[in-house]
Amino acid sequence: MTAFLDNILGGLALGSVYALVALGFVVIFKASGVLNFAHGSLLLFGGYLTAVLHDDLGFAGALALAVLATAALAGVLDRFLLQRGGQDAHSAHVQTIVTIGVDIVLLTDLSRRIGGDLLSLGDPWGDSVTELGPLTVADSRLAAIVVSALVIGAVFALFRFTAWGLSLRAAAEDLEAAALMGVRLSRVRAGAWCLAGALAALAAVFLAAFPAPGLERTTGQIALNAFPAAILGGLASPAGALAGSMIIGLTEALVVGYQSDLHVLGEGFGDVAPYAVMLLVLLVRPTGLFGAKGTARV
Amino acid sequence: MPEAPPDSSPTLRVETVDVTYGRALSALRSVSLTVPPATVVALLGANGAGKTTLLRAVSGTLRLHRGAITAGTIRYGDTVLDGGDPVAAVRAGVVQVPEGRRVFAGLSVDENLRSGGLGLSRRTRTAQIQESRDRVFTLFPRLAERTHQAAGLLSGGEQQMLAIGRALMAAPRLLLLDEPSLGLAPQMVQRIAEVIREINAQGTAVLLVEQNAGMALSLADHAHVLEVGETRLEGPAGELARTDAVRRLYLGESAEDQGAA
Repeated sequence: MTAFLDNILGGLALGSVYALVALGFVVIFKASGVLNFAHGSLLLFGGYLTAVLHDDLGFAGALALAVLATAALAGVLDRFLLQRGGQDAHSAHVQTIVTIGVDIVLLTDLSRRIGGDLLSLGDPWGDSVTELGPLTVADSRLAAIVVSALVIGAVFALFRFTAWGLSLRAAAEDLEAAALMGVRLSRVRAGAWCLAGALAALAAVFLAAFPAPGLERTTGQIALNAFPAAILGGLASPAGALAGSMIIGLTEALVVGYQSDLHVLGEGFGDVAPYAVMLLVLLVRPTGLFGAKGTARV
Repeated sequence: MPEAPPDSSPTLRVETVDVTYGRALSALRSVSLTVPPATVVALLGANGAGKTTLLRAVSGTLRLHRGAITAGTIRYGDTVLDGGDPVAAVRAGVVQVPEGRRVFAGLSVDENLRSGGLGLSRRTRTAQIQESRDRVFTLFPRLAERTHQAAGLLSGGEQQMLAIGRALMAAPRLLLLDEPSLGLAPQMVQRIAEVIREINAQGTAVLLVEQNAGMALSLADHAHVLEVGETRLEGPAGELARTDAVRRLYLGESAEDQGAA
């Protein structure tokens, strides 16, 4: 029982981190129609900045700067590279391919800098643990859950209560109608990219924190698991991204936790599980859990 | 961008405008048109005549369709509108209601209305939205009853009301209406016509694109007929309604009907 609860908690922590990544991915897709394949590299960029700056600035200062810098990088990328291609659906496909190129360039440079090192991000939790009844939980995991919940709550409030959020949702529904209302599409889009960049930089901290050994050049790839989470949720639905992330996080934690009982599936099934779950869900609901929810009457 | 001092009665002047799509397809050639303050001007013509293109040129949304103004000028009072910036048009007081209503289906009625104020500067937005919402609810009491409903679940007529209401949120002085009667039941067409008359009576000028020429000419002071991108006829709406060409082509009357009349 304790092992089960331990796995559940681990899954929730992992799901929270995936949610930060998947939410950014979905926000970008909603605002620009682009699948951002450079998302993992943006995450690694944020993590790397935190790692190299925390000695001088302290953890909080380094993280704040890394979040701002990653947001700025994502915003600049969109505004001055991708948006030059135009705003229609066809250009979105081209821009998606462009993000693959950006990913390769960014990842190559960061890999060169990180090399084979394991970088510490200097987070304040270290390997300390908290006793919760029968459970022993890493503080970093509790922090991941709490911080993600707060940040994601704030993002949903942004969607719902601000002019930017309304502009984003209107533009996602109908680009031209939004333009006719005087929504500045280019700003709304770049804002979405900035937000996604900031979330990715934050997620890097928790992906590199205990029990993970630190930031590696492959940390960005872990973020790949957030993609099936986003797809599973319906790709254009922030709430779906959240639900999908939790499902993927829990699945992964449970599969890894009970690996010895699942040996028929072979070693390392934990890496495959997110995609297996995605395929299963899509078989039942082809548009994802929250996809195509809107009922339109003509 | 400093806001221009409010000119209480600007005139829309479209002068010898050429529009081309994708650098090759010529959609408008040397079209001129004037909408004086607080008047209704109708724009008639068959499909593909360039009516919607002209509205896009005025509202600055040609670029979304890979189109561009290649000659001529569009001015609203002192404001130049041929730069292709939709925000400039909205802030100058020119708002377009797109063809096919295009309400934000997944957003609530209230959110749709609020989105109509997104083009206003932050300073004026809050106060203006409150005032405009009251005006819209007076015009369309039915929307007031459904503020929390998803717009996609409204009937076609209600969606058209919402689309017009959404445009009114920015307090336009010139409303561009693209086929407001399209796909609506005759009774609803009647209701929309009344609404247009009422909006105009409140001092808002209207540039009305319509297939329903009977309705358009009954509302309009002045009318233009476009044919494959060029102005074919123009004149006072009453006079135009009596010309043979318009009666035959747009009012569905045959030569014998004219003889009988």
